[in-house]
Amino acid sequence: MPEKLIFGFYIFTLSIFVGYQIISKVPALLHTPLMSATNAISGISLVASLVVAGGKYGHLSTMLGTIAVASATINVVGGFLITDRMLKMFKKGPKS
Amino acid sequence: MNLILLSVSYFLASVLFVLGLSGLTKPKTARRGVGLAGVGMLLAVLATLLHQDIITYQWIIIGLIVGTLIGIPMGLWIPMTKMPERIALSHAFGGLAVALVGIAKYWSHLHVDGELSKFFMGAIGFEVVLGSLTFTGSLMAFGKLQGVISGKPMTFKGQNQFNFLIVVSSLVLLVYLVFHPHLSTAFFVMACLGFCLGIFLVLPIGGADMPVVICLLNSYAGLAAAAAGFALDNNVLIICGALDGGSGFLLAMLMSRAMNRSFRNVLFGAFGGEVGGDQVATQNKPILQFAPEDVMEYLQGSSSVVIVPGYGMAVAQAQHAVRELHELLEKNGTEVRYAIHPVAGRMPGHMNVLLAEANIPYEKLIEMDEINPDLPKVDACIVLGANDVVNPSARDDPKSSIYGMPIINADAARMVFVVKRSMASGFAGIDNPLFYKDNTRMVFGDAKAVLQNIVSKLKEAA
Repeated sequence: MPEKLIFGFYIFTLSIFVGYQIISKVPALLHTPLMSATNAISGISLVASLVVAGGKYGHLSTMLGTIAVASATINVVGGFLITDRMLKMFKKGPKS
Repeated sequence: MNLILLSVSYFLASVLFVLGLSGLTKPKTARRGVGLAGVGMLLAVLATLLHQDIITYQWIIIGLIVGTLIGIPMGLWIPMTKMPERIALSHAFGGLAVALVGIAKYWSHLHVDGELSKFFMGAIGFEVVLGSLTFTGSLMAFGKLQGVISGKPMTFKGQNQFNFLIVVSSLVLLVYLVFHPHLSTAFFVMACLGFCLGIFLVLPIGGADMPVVICLLNSYAGLAAAAAGFALDNNVLIICGALDGGSGFLLAMLMSRAMNRSFRNVLFGAFGGEVGGDQVATQNKPILQFAPEDVMEYLQGSSSVVIVPGYGMAVAQAQHAVRELHELLEKNGTEVRYAIHPVAGRMPGHMNVLLAEANIPYEKLIEMDEINPDLPKVDACIVLGANDVVNPSARDDPKSSIYGMPIINADAARMVFVVKRSMASGFAGIDNPLFYKDNTRMVFGDAKAVLQNIVSKLKEAA
């Protein structure tokens, strides 16, 4: 079990570093799309919800899992759609 | 075989997510980046559907359909002015999903699998507490933004001590559960404390501090997902959670720096809303007033104009009227630019999205530090529904409660037009000396109506 913990922290810490490097380079112009994009990406909790909703762990798990699947799907579907909709609007002006 | 497929697809998804976020560093590559991340998500979900633990698809399909049916309108039809509310709601859904997964996992390990290791219990505990506080906290933030709950900070005596008590007791329960995981009452009390904590943490925070709060909730949602990743031994969850958590935290830091406030002050200060010490003689000082046609005449003779948008522009939905004015002025040979303060609006980048929606090219949207040196050379500065971000007290008056906050030096322009509904103070509840300056003209009215008025006068004059 400790190896799992250490391995998890490896990944967690390195991801934080990578994330910090990338996100500090995102211009203020795109901060709202950044938020909705990270939101959509964190909808990855859908993969955990799917296993809970579809597994054989009893009624309570199935019920909670189904609500979780719905909530996470809202974020995935809505998040990607709205981010794309926003980014479509950012246009460069005619060359002057 | 399935396990390998699953690991490989999770790995690819993680790579695509990181590539997708790097796309967001430039407006040009941003759309493609988000598309890549979307592919990653699809890959991860499809591979998970083949997971060996999944035996029935009936409930999964119902959940997916319900989520999609709600997600599509939330993605396509919500107006851009409502972005902060929408983001707050999606944090709530994210937090809820993670918290429910945590509770279900605990329950099934308790009753079906029977094994609850210390490590698993600790991770699940963090997951549930963070997830539940994100859920209720985000709902509170949504309510405040939407006006269902008063945007003013709500405080009571001993509030900080009370919140501290909730935090400590949930942590104590968490530690206790690590050693006695079978005490399910403790687990559910801890989950309830998490839900309460979200409510009480956001209750005392005022409307103007929402940008910081939304970022912090974003961060909590991410950390909760990462904790879920630890508990379920799922690396893609850890990676996404870390990216999301880190991003939210970084944005929260940028926001509070732009207000010259510490996290502690934002979270426990209950700032904004009520009358403080430094805004008494508001009504008595003389102001100079302009009618829209006076503004129009002045603008006709200006060669450069800077517009400072604020939350008032969003409320009045004035961004399209702004574009009309922009086009007319440009036709007239006037240079039009926008000065964007980092905390203008209710979430990071709020103003940029609104102006982009109105088809204003993004190279005209200039960040505060870049535009400030140019402002003394500007003929006219139009302050549109912004207040505190152009308040010279922040720069000049050490006694002011917003002293030290970086501002857009609108008062440096040759002429300043402040479009405002009335003389009411801004969200920080502080009087603004800008309104009484010799080079300031107040234009009273709804931002959209005033702009449309100026636009029609310009058209008549042309």
